[in-house]
Amino acid sequence: MQILLVDDEKELVSTLAERLGYRGIDAHWAATPNDAISMLSDQNYDIAVLDVQMPDMNGFELKEQMEGICPELKFIFMTGHGSEECYYEGCSHTGEAFYLVKPVEIDSLIEKLNKVMLDGGKR
Amino acid sequence: MAQETNNTEKKSQGTGPGTKLLIGEFLNYRRIWLLSFVLTAAFAIIPVIFFAVLDYNLTQRSLENDAEARASRLASNTWRSLAFFLDERKNALNYVVQSNSFEQLENTPQLTEILDFLHESFGGFTDIGIIDATGVQKAYAGPHGLAGRNYKDQQWFKDTMTHGISVSDVFLGFRNVPHISIALRHTTPDNTYFIIRATIEHQLPKILSEVKTSGNGDAFLINARGVLQTPSHYFGNVLEKANIALPLATEQTRTMRITLENRQDLIAAFRHIPDTPFILVVLKSQKEIMSPWHHSQVTLIQYLGISISVVLLWIWAVTTYFVRRLQLLDRKRSKYFHMAEYENKMASIGRLAAGVAHEINNPLAIINEKAGLIKDMAHFKEELKKDTRLLETVDVILASVKRCSRITRQLLSFGRQTQTAPVPLILKSVLDEVLVFLIKEAQLKNIFIDIDVPDDLPQVVGNRGKLQQVLLNIVNNAFAAMPKDGRLSVSAQKTDDPFVRLDIRDSGCGISPENLKHIFEPFFSTKTNQGGTGLGLSITYGLVQELGGRINVESKVNEGTTFIIYLPTTTQKEE
Repeated sequence: MQILLVDDEKELVSTLAERLGYRGIDAHWAATPNDAISMLSDQNYDIAVLDVQMPDMNGFELKEQMEGICPELKFIFMTGHGSEECYYEGCSHTGEAFYLVKPVEIDSLIEKLNKVMLDGGKR
Repeated sequence: MAQETNNTEKKSQGTGPGTKLLIGEFLNYRRIWLLSFVLTAAFAIIPVIFFAVLDYNLTQRSLENDAEARASRLASNTWRSLAFFLDERKNALNYVVQSNSFEQLENTPQLTEILDFLHESFGGFTDIGIIDATGVQKAYAGPHGLAGRNYKDQQWFKDTMTHGISVSDVFLGFRNVPHISIALRHTTPDNTYFIIRATIEHQLPKILSEVKTSGNGDAFLINARGVLQTPSHYFGNVLEKANIALPLATEQTRTMRITLENRQDLIAAFRHIPDTPFILVVLKSQKEIMSPWHHSQVTLIQYLGISISVVLLWIWAVTTYFVRRLQLLDRKRSKYFHMAEYENKMASIGRLAAGVAHEINNPLAIINEKAGLIKDMAHFKEELKKDTRLLETVDVILASVKRCSRITRQLLSFGRQTQTAPVPLILKSVLDEVLVFLIKEAQLKNIFIDIDVPDDLPQVVGNRGKLQQVLLNIVNNAFAAMPKDGRLSVSAQKTDDPFVRLDIRDSGCGISPENLKHIFEPFFSTKTNQGGTGLGLSITYGLVQELGGRINVESKVNEGTTFIIYLPTTTQKEE
C-alpha cells in the first residue's frame, strides 16, 4: 500500500511516514501541495492523507487537483480544527468517517487506511 | 442559589457605554411620567378653570349691576309714594288758603273747624296756625295755644318766605309723638303774604315699613345732617344720629355700596325729596340678593371639581398606562439587545477557543508523532528495548498529549456555535463540555458534582451553543450560591411527554419566595452593587424558550435551589 502524506508541518509528516514504515506501510510525504502534485507523476499512490489547512491551498482544493491527475486515488483528511463545518465538509469529500482530528493516534490512522483500501470509502 | 447569573457578564462590571445609557433611560421614566402628566393635565384643566373664573366674574358683575338696579327701582317707587303723601298735604293746605280769606282764617273757631275737617279727611293733622308776613302767629288751632307767638327769627319762617314752602325736620311734638310741620306761603290778591303752617303726625314710617318688610332690606329718611327722620333697621331709631356718610343727594336716584361695622355689604339707593330736608335711603343686603347666585356658583364649583378630578384620574390612568408600556417595551428591547450581545460574546469566545485549540493541536500532533516514533524505535530496535526508563518517559509524554488533546477537543466543540439549525444533541456530552470549564472552580470551592444522566436518554433537539449557555448560566449561578463546600446534583430523566427533564440542584443559600417570583424578570437582581445586571436568568429563560423548552425553579432558603429544565427530544421533532 502506497501512501502519500501531505502537511505543511514537515516534522509531523516525516515522523508519521517513518512510523508507518516501521509498521510495513510504504509512506512518502510532502510538505507543500505543489511537491505533492509533482510526486504524483513520479509514482502511483493508493491513498493520500491531507491536512485540511495549509498555506497556498487547502486540503479540499488539493484533493480536486490530485483527483484530476490520479482518479483512482483515495483520501483521508487530518485537521487541527474541529469545527462543525470543516467536519461536514470533510465527510462530504471523503465519506463519513475518514476525517481525523489532530493529534492522530497512529493505530486509528492505520485502521482507517485499511478500511479505505478495502471498500474505497463512501463517495 | 443566587438570584442572578454570575457569569462572564460580571467581569464587565456594567461600565460599558451601553450599560450607562440603559441605566440613564430607566431612571427617566419617572420624569417622563411626571412631565407628560403635568403637561397634559395643565392643557386640559387650564381652559376649564379659565372659563369658570371668567363666568364667575361676569355673572357676579351682572348680578351686582342687577342688584343695584333693583335697589334703585325700589327707591324710586318709595320716593314717589313719599312725595305723593307730602304733596297731598301741601295741596290740602293750599286748598284751605285758596278757599278762605285771611280774615276768615284769622277767626280761631273757623280755623278749628278747618283743622277738624282736615284731620277727618287726611288724618294726622294735629294743629294749624296762620302767621302773617312779620312772623306773628295770628291764629292757632290745636292743643298748645301758641297764638301770638313771633316766628320771625326761625329758620323755617325765613325758608318759607323765600321758597314759598318748607317742610320741617321731624320733632317730638304733642304726646311725644314724632311730627313734621308743613308751612306754605300764600300771596293774597292784594299782594300781601301770610303763611299757613300745619303740624302733622309723622306718618312716613308707615309708608316706609311696607318697603322694609322684604328680607333684610331697610328704608328710612335722613336729613342732610345725618339725623334719622324715620326709624332704621341698621342705624337706630328716629332722631338719632346715623353713622352713614352719603354723598350729596340729588333729585336723581343714586346708588352706592356701603359696608357696615359687622362687615355686612349693603347696596344703598338714595334720593332727595324736593322741598323737604329729607333724603330717602333704601338699603338692600348684597348677600341676600346674591345668595341664589352663590348657591349656583357653589354647585358649579362642585361640578368643576368633580370634572377636574375625573379628567385628572383619566390622564393619570392613560399616562401611567403608556409610560408603563414604554417601559416594558424598552426593557424588552434592551433584553433582546443584551441577548444578542451575549450571544455575540459567546460566539466570540467560541471562535477564540476553536482558534486556540487549532493552533495548539498542530504542535501537539508533532509531539505526539515524535514521542510515538521514540516508542516505535524502542519497540523495533533491540538496544533501546531494554531501557525501561525511556519507555516510561515516552508513555508519560503520550499520556500528557492525550490529556491535552481531550481539552482542545472540548474547547473545539464549545466553539461549535455557528450552526443555527436545531440538531440532535447528546445531553451528557453538552453537559461535559460545559462542566470542563467549571471543574477547576468546583475544586477550589470544594463543591462535589454529582451527575446522573442515564445512557439511554433520548437525544434532545436544539442549538448546541444555546444549550451550553443555559447550562453554563445555571451551573455558574449554583456555584455563586455555594461559597464553600456544597453539592451540585445534575440529573436527567425521560418524561411521558416528548421532553427530557433536567434537574440542576444546589445546596446553596436558596431564594426567598418574594424574589423567586421575579427571578426570570429582566433587570431583577439582588447583586446590582456587585456589577450584576439582572439579565443572566432572563437570558437563560429566553434561551430555553428558543430551544422549545420550559424552565421552572424551586427553592428553599438555606436548603438550596433546583432549576428544572424541560428540553424537547428528537421524538417530538419526528411528530
